[in-house]
Amino acid sequence: MLETVILTIAKIIIFFAVLMFFVAYGTYAERKVAGGIQDRIGPLHCGPFGLLQPLADGLKLFFKEDITVAKSDKPTYYIAPILAVVPAILVIAVIPVDENIMITDLNIALLYFLAVSSLSVYAIMLGGWAGNSKYPLLGGLRSASQFISYELVLGLSIVCVAMLVGSFSLRDVVLYQKDMWMVFKQPIAFICYMIAAIAELNRAPFDLPEAESELVGGYHTEYSSMKFAMFFLGEYANMVVSSAIATCLFLGGWYAPFSILPFIPGFIWFLIKTFLIFFFMLWIRWTYPRVRFDQLMGMSWKVLMPVVLLNILVTGFIVTFGR
Amino acid sequence: MSYTEIFFYIFAVLSILFALLTVTRRNAVHAAICLLLTFFFIACNYVLLEAEFLAAVQVLVYAGGVVGLMLYVIMLVRKDEADEVRQSLGQRVIAVFIAILFVLEIAFISLLAYYGNYSGFLSSKMAQIGGNTESIGAVLYTYFLLPFEVVSVLLLAALVGAVVLAKNRIER
Amino acid sequence: MREVYWPLILVAILAFGFGIGTIVISKLVGPKRPDPSKLSPYECGVEPVGDARKPFFIHYYMIALLFLVFDIEVIFLYPWALKFKEMGSFAFWEMAVFIVIFLGIFLYAYVKGVLEWE
Repeated sequence: MLETVILTIAKIIIFFAVLMFFVAYGTYAERKVAGGIQDRIGPLHCGPFGLLQPLADGLKLFFKEDITVAKSDKPTYYIAPILAVVPAILVIAVIPVDENIMITDLNIALLYFLAVSSLSVYAIMLGGWAGNSKYPLLGGLRSASQFISYELVLGLSIVCVAMLVGSFSLRDVVLYQKDMWMVFKQPIAFICYMIAAIAELNRAPFDLPEAESELVGGYHTEYSSMKFAMFFLGEYANMVVSSAIATCLFLGGWYAPFSILPFIPGFIWFLIKTFLIFFFMLWIRWTYPRVRFDQLMGMSWKVLMPVVLLNILVTGFIVTFGR
Repeated sequence: MSYTEIFFYIFAVLSILFALLTVTRRNAVHAAICLLLTFFFIACNYVLLEAEFLAAVQVLVYAGGVVGLMLYVIMLVRKDEADEVRQSLGQRVIAVFIAILFVLEIAFISLLAYYGNYSGFLSSKMAQIGGNTESIGAVLYTYFLLPFEVVSVLLLAALVGAVVLAKNRIER
Repeated sequence: MREVYWPLILVAILAFGFGIGTIVISKLVGPKRPDPSKLSPYECGVEPVGDARKPFFIHYYMIALLFLVFDIEVIFLYPWALKFKEMGSFAFWEMAVFIVIFLGIFLYAYVKGVLEWE
């Protein structure tokens, strides 16, 4: 009993450390990739190749003044940034990094992921409302509408995968993909999942709520110091987590691609694939211009939703009658 | 006392505490946050009862959807207008009546479950075999086929009602 | 409670501890030099006008309502997705009916202009 508890605590700490490492170097990667795409150099001065930049940024934010805006609603103002990071950290509990390396194997892991990440909407809404400022409130409402619209698409694309696997356990989902990755069986679900994941995180080209040119800075305009950093930490942690979930759902988790290089341990493959999806998100952000808000909402409700529903029907038809 | 029991009491006390805070807060947003926490701790208790699917649905629909909708409404209502409206419109009597009805209903069901051998389609043993979600799937689409299809029509009716109510404001 | 759910409590403690701890520490180590104009809401440098908590566009509300309705519909797909293989063609057709009604709701909202933005 005691051994299992200690082992679980050790696992949780390691998973959390890996997540934070990914988050810290995610910000570095973002700036380097942005620099590369725009023919700049990116961070360079802190340590070799600017590798200590995330550390310096973190320390700097800690020592900045923590402003509480006058007329703000204090409890809400403090709760919102905490809620921004908590969901992402909660999700690491169900991510299987290798066949036997995971914190816990829930039989409803995918529902747990959906349920926990649906709570992120409150960080956005409350953060926008608490500051008693117009732009953040507008940004928060936009952001929340965008979030809930794409959450449905996310849930439906997960149904497509669960239909084939017959289980909500992420371990079962990956084991099912031993011979063939899910991305080849459910390409439409994969595309919908990726669009929904990027849109849920309010990242460009779907970063309307943060549209600097019209809305100042989005729902976290009135936050400073670590509270501001928490929103960013939450964004990057959510990116890492949804990349990891996408890896499990569609890219065969810890399995080597086409069974080549089988001597490389599974968790290395998992981290490589997660990073590739993460990189893909960065690449998209710095390549495409922002869409209009009506286009954004229209795409979720009028295009993606009917497409995924039809995909579910077709999958059901093939599985039921194709045998 | 087993660990499960200890956690049950922790979650139960917390859900009742936040439920009380929900009705006593004057600030509507604070009340909504307390309601969110109430729903969350109720979901924790569902997990203790090995009803994982119900817990996930509780968080997805109630904590994720219903409270969100309430927050939208709170943000839509003009604060100075809301302050002028009298808050209790004789709702107290109806509220007490409904509360009594609800307590009686729960008492009735618990007595039925305790003394009779009424256990429904999903006894806890059956739920343990192969997981909660699968068992619900097994009965929902066979025994409860009609209610299941009626639900979607009910939801259609709900949406039609909302659209009709909001229609003149959309056109304006 | 099933054994696999214990770790979730530990993860939750870590998550909330991390969130609260970070904010408390930054509150302690950061400087405090408040002044009225720094504490006023940001409105591009102009003096703030009026109260921000004003009513907004009813469309946001309609989207939230539509989300709630569809969210419940999607919930019904989850148990079905796990079981339909074993239940044969009957399960497929009943879900087909369900999804058609789902699309009907969708079409209604579309025709009524709920999905139109401005």
